[in-house]
Amino acid sequence: MPIMSYIQAITTALREEMRRDGNVFVLGEDVGKKGGVFRATDGLYEEFGEERVLDTPLAESAIAGVGIGAAMYGMRPVAEMQFADFIMPAVNQIISEAAKMRYRSNNDWSAPITIRAPYGGGVHGALYHSQSVEAIFANQPGLKIVMPSTPYDAKGLLKAAIRDNDPVLFFEHKRAYRLLKGDVPSEDYVLPIGKSDVKREGEDITVITYGLCVHFALQAAEKLAEDGIDAHILDLRTVYPLDQESIIEAARKTGKVLLITEDNKEGSIIGEVAAIIAEHCLFDLDAPIQRLAGPDVPSMPYAPPMEKFFMMNPDKVEKAMRDLAEY
Amino acid sequence: MPTQKITMPQLGESVTEGTISTWLVNVGDKVNKYDPIAEVMTDKVNAEVPSSFTGVIKELTAEEGETVAVGDLICYIATENAESEESNTEIQRAASEDKNNSAVKGNSDKSESMKKRYSPAVLRLSQENNIDLNEVTGSGRGGRITRKDLEKIIASGEMPKAATFQEANNHAASGVSIEQTAESSHPETQTGDIEIPVKGVRKVIAQNMVKSTQEIPHAWMTVEVDVTDLVSYRNRIKNHFKETEGFGLTFFSFFIKAVSQALKEYPQLNSMWAGDKIIQKKDINLSIAVAKENELFVPVIKNADEKTIKAIARDIYNLAKKARSGQLTSEDMQGGTFTVNNTGSFGSISSMGVINHPQAAILQVESIVKRPVIINDMFAARDIVNLSLSLDHRILDGLICGRFLSLVKEILESMNEETIQLY
Repeated sequence: MPIMSYIQAITTALREEMRRDGNVFVLGEDVGKKGGVFRATDGLYEEFGEERVLDTPLAESAIAGVGIGAAMYGMRPVAEMQFADFIMPAVNQIISEAAKMRYRSNNDWSAPITIRAPYGGGVHGALYHSQSVEAIFANQPGLKIVMPSTPYDAKGLLKAAIRDNDPVLFFEHKRAYRLLKGDVPSEDYVLPIGKSDVKREGEDITVITYGLCVHFALQAAEKLAEDGIDAHILDLRTVYPLDQESIIEAARKTGKVLLITEDNKEGSIIGEVAAIIAEHCLFDLDAPIQRLAGPDVPSMPYAPPMEKFFMMNPDKVEKAMRDLAEY
Repeated sequence: MPTQKITMPQLGESVTEGTISTWLVNVGDKVNKYDPIAEVMTDKVNAEVPSSFTGVIKELTAEEGETVAVGDLICYIATENAESEESNTEIQRAASEDKNNSAVKGNSDKSESMKKRYSPAVLRLSQENNIDLNEVTGSGRGGRITRKDLEKIIASGEMPKAATFQEANNHAASGVSIEQTAESSHPETQTGDIEIPVKGVRKVIAQNMVKSTQEIPHAWMTVEVDVTDLVSYRNRIKNHFKETEGFGLTFFSFFIKAVSQALKEYPQLNSMWAGDKIIQKKDINLSIAVAKENELFVPVIKNADEKTIKAIARDIYNLAKKARSGQLTSEDMQGGTFTVNNTGSFGSISSMGVINHPQAAILQVESIVKRPVIINDMFAARDIVNLSLSLDHRILDGLICGRFLSLVKEILESMNEETIQLY
């Protein structure tokens, strides 16, 4: 099984899907000749040509709108937002059109578009290259939001997103692109959207998180294991709609739950996770549900000490996990 | 003047509450640190609560006769050195704020502040498995009992049962808890009658007796013992003994000795009922009943089987003295495995003792009476004593108790000038 970086897994998934299905095409800023600013579409232009790998103007609204139109017409577009921070001009298209298409047309039409966007901080990207935007879309029935944490999940879930018959937002952590490496099977496989995944079995505390924070939690868990603290780690993978059953099961397992996101704390995905647990697990809870998240400030600062203050890291996660274990 | 709280102190390992029997101070009284402020009764022992501060009593929040949980407020005291105390608390507050700021929540690690804070999971598990949380040691922060603590206990199968809870249910079911009885059949007070509130030791005795008689299926048997030789020996040396040792040589000491020897042979009687099992105790610790006016104490002669008659006589003397002066400690009262009750001291010749819960039996030593008996077809004047045994029929049967009593009888009847070793 080849070892791939997170971004290689993305590129592989795109290439395999484009080879498998002639309706699959990619569009976005600099995705063609340049192969993407992060090189996610590297080599696709050469292999599939300008008809299927479209360089677009700096107009996210158009990228989304063209994609939605093509999807409704039977194509399988994969639109790239260069940075998740730039998705804002496309929000109207995504929420008002893509999310509601099937419902509005009484099932006559659908918009099977995948919108990929690199999110997250820790790369000195400052305000417009560091944000987490998933919460904005996470109460829009009709949308699905997938945020993989490993190269293996990235490939399997991106393929699932492309094959899904409804719009999927696919957020990739830009720091994970070259930081995370792992085994990725060369054969074709698909992972289920809407299903979370236990990344580590444990008995003492439950950590529920997603994206790059899964990686931090796993690192912290290894350290805590040396002190006899055994963490159970659930990776949400799909943050909307949430896999309620698995969340409840994981929370019940230990009764001590830590929720982690890199996003601003208030109104984030993990607030909804906390609500699900509170609704279903009261008599299994042994500690207050804990949230570890970014501060409620507008965005990630540029100055390195300030970025460090905002950004999630293994030390912060370890401290919060230990604190909960000792409660 | 800053006000300080005084709380019910922990007066023994397993003690969870105490009853204020008497307040020794009134509101407005000035007290020094360590001055006694109240008499408190736990289980059956009186203790004094010392003041933790020097100051003026501001408010008594607990009334006499009220039962207060350990750690709960009993009174407020206004301390005098206002300024230094205040600055102290300010510093403490500042310090604690600092700690909060650094987001270290573990500053109460060593305390028991969270001991009684139960999470929903802990409460559910304790109820489902009938676990007495007071008996569980918490491993969480501030002594908090965690879900894992309970899961471990459940997995181990050694659950501290919520006995009081169960009993409350039992009582409710049979409808005869003492409070209920009192309520349902309230006799009216006529003019001239005296009302004596049931509290303190009286209340504890009442509860224990109800518990013993309700829970334990009692059975009784009595043997007659000829102690003529013992009586003549003891009467001959008692004055000399008192002069040399400084305390009296009672008949009771010989009986204690005989019983502890017999218990060694029949450990079945030296045991306790523990729900799903019977615990046969290794140590032979004999509880003896000591009455004081309207109170009854049951101090313990520890390891009676290892003691000489003289040592037993001294223990009896000391414990009785302590009981009459109200100085018995909970240490003196703990660990009894069998009770010997000197009913003969009241002149009784026959009685049916109530077993001292959770022991298996109680032996009543009745009055020694000179009686005509027939020996070798001739009348003889002999000193005769009745020994009446009450037994817990769940633990014991007639056969083993009969053998036990026979052995006690044999030991006592063979006690004479030649066989008795006082020292």
